[in-house]
Amino acid sequence: MIAYTIQRLLLAIPTLFVISLLSFVLIQLPPGDFLSSYAATLAALGEQLSGDTLALLRESYGLDQPIYVQYYKWITGIVTRGDFGLSLEWKQPVKALLWERMGLTIALTLSTLLFTWLLAIPIGIYSATHQYSPLDYVFTTIGFIGLGVPGFMLALVVMWIAFIYFGADVGGLFSDQYKNAPWSLGRVWDLLQHLWVPMLILGMEGAAGLIRTMRANLLDELHKPYVTAARARGLDETVLTYEYPVQVALNPFISTLGWALPGLVNGGTIISVTLSLPTAGPLLLRALQSQDMYLAGAFILLLGSLTIVGTLISDLLLAWIDPRIRLTH
Amino acid sequence: MTTELIDPPARTGSAEAPRPLDTPVVLDVKDLRTHFLMPGGTVRAVDGVSYTLHRGRTLGIVGESGCGKSVTAQSVLGIVPRPGRNVGGTVTLTRRDGTNLELTSLDPRGKVIRSVRGNEIAYIFQEPMSALSPIHTIGHQITEVIRLHTGAKRDEARFRAETVMRQVGLPRPDAVLDRYPHQLSGGMRQRAVIGIALACNPGILIADEPTTALDVTTEAVILDLVRSLQKEGGMAIQFITHNLGVIAEIADEVVVMYMGRQVERAPVSQLFHAPQHPYTQALLRSMPRLGHRAHERLEAIQGMVPDPYDVPPGCAFHTRCRHYVPGTCDSPEYLEVSPRHWVRCSRAGEVA
Repeated sequence: MIAYTIQRLLLAIPTLFVISLLSFVLIQLPPGDFLSSYAATLAALGEQLSGDTLALLRESYGLDQPIYVQYYKWITGIVTRGDFGLSLEWKQPVKALLWERMGLTIALTLSTLLFTWLLAIPIGIYSATHQYSPLDYVFTTIGFIGLGVPGFMLALVVMWIAFIYFGADVGGLFSDQYKNAPWSLGRVWDLLQHLWVPMLILGMEGAAGLIRTMRANLLDELHKPYVTAARARGLDETVLTYEYPVQVALNPFISTLGWALPGLVNGGTIISVTLSLPTAGPLLLRALQSQDMYLAGAFILLLGSLTIVGTLISDLLLAWIDPRIRLTH
Repeated sequence: MTTELIDPPARTGSAEAPRPLDTPVVLDVKDLRTHFLMPGGTVRAVDGVSYTLHRGRTLGIVGESGCGKSVTAQSVLGIVPRPGRNVGGTVTLTRRDGTNLELTSLDPRGKVIRSVRGNEIAYIFQEPMSALSPIHTIGHQITEVIRLHTGAKRDEARFRAETVMRQVGLPRPDAVLDRYPHQLSGGMRQRAVIGIALACNPGILIADEPTTALDVTTEAVILDLVRSLQKEGGMAIQFITHNLGVIAEIADEVVVMYMGRQVERAPVSQLFHAPQHPYTQALLRSMPRLGHRAHERLEAIQGMVPDPYDVPPGCAFHTRCRHYVPGTCDSPEYLEVSPRHWVRCSRAGEVA
């Protein structure tokens, strides 16, 4: 197990390198750069930047250098100094913008993940062990609605209901008084009060899908001979369900954990925009539109790293709970 | 038309001659009925089966796939998968303390039947790989049963597990206990499964095709093992198989099933020497035997197994029977034609 963990950790290093390379190339791919889109924005407002000024700006931002030089400067900054460069649009270090957003994003993501699992796994187990019972049909119906209704639509409906009937504004993660306040206990409490609405909306779709997965997985397992065999040995039905098939049925859950982490960050972008949440998604979208390359690059790099970390976590968990995986390594 | 006498295949290895059924009855199954209520109709998987298990003796149950052999055995323990339901009959178990317990009237999820399962009646499944949990060690699965039924502590249970594993001939039992099923060979897995079944010294062992998934060499070894364990512990064994060769090796008495009903029941030599039911006769003719010429085709039973939703009226076998006479075969009764030899055929006696 230890050897396997070390092996997986070492393998993550080259993967992270390739991801950093790819994310840098990707943000350079669209024609033009930050300055040309900046100039275009100014032109739309009726201002003109002279060619000389542009060249001067380009030089000062290092945009005139070949791409590999730019990449080298960027990545050494990150690795050696934790410096993600300067956001061209916000005229601030990317680091400052990033951590505030990422922190909130991670808080929202993890609580959503926890919420989806706590909701989906017990319901999935119930649905499978009580297949075709009235409650199973109820859960199935709700599940399909949850799967079918797009998240942003649900967000709009929830906001509308909250506004019309309760006069409350459920957008954002903070009340106005705490929006730009420094961290304090009051601000954390305020965050917790606002967190549940986006958590519910973000989690709805995932939970609906996971209920279906859990139900199907468990139904497959419940009819396997080893369950009947355990029953024939006199085991109690509860032990029989939870100790044996449920554990096997959880495998696919854990192996998709790797995608759940980044999925919740960027999959929720539209919902975040709708609910005006100060999370990573909307900022990344804006950075990509304005070709704010260092900001966008930092986000893409982080999303990639999250995927690697998520996959790593799920692989280690899988090896931990399933001896068939652990022992073939 | 007469059927030639068929010699049973010689018993090999440590096999002994079939033993008389003179020991006490430990399980008495009477008119057992298990039906599956499906949307397309009712499948009478087990439709009035009766037999007895005797201490230290082996009953073989034989028949084609789908004839209800396994469902019969699962009905005894109340573990028939849904939508299967016990709809009649009794199963009386004589417990270790000498008292009798009727099993079909118990709550299938209740405490009493669970104290019987794996403890007084053990069940071995066909495929050892799929009958073991893939994510638990052999040791976990065996000590779990021991602790459940005997209340033993972890260490005691482990010690008992090692003893049993040695008994079933597993080398280095302590190492095997820490293995997962996928780390063992097929033969070792089946030994482990048998070990789990024997862990609590059951009085009755139901073996549901325990050697079907194994190669013939391993099969012979496992049969020898089962036999010697029976000699040691005096278990009654209900041995389910579709292999008549195995029946000849191990059984003392045989029940032949067709479409959920028993068509013949006889001591093993009687069954092989003087089969009365045309289905039994056909099964015996379809067996490869030493002395057959290689180019001769094996005789197959004509026709197909009928649709279980639509069992032929009267004698269920009449659609495939070469002795069928319209009018005569409408309601065959199950009769004792000679001592301990029952047959369900209207023309029994004429066709032998």
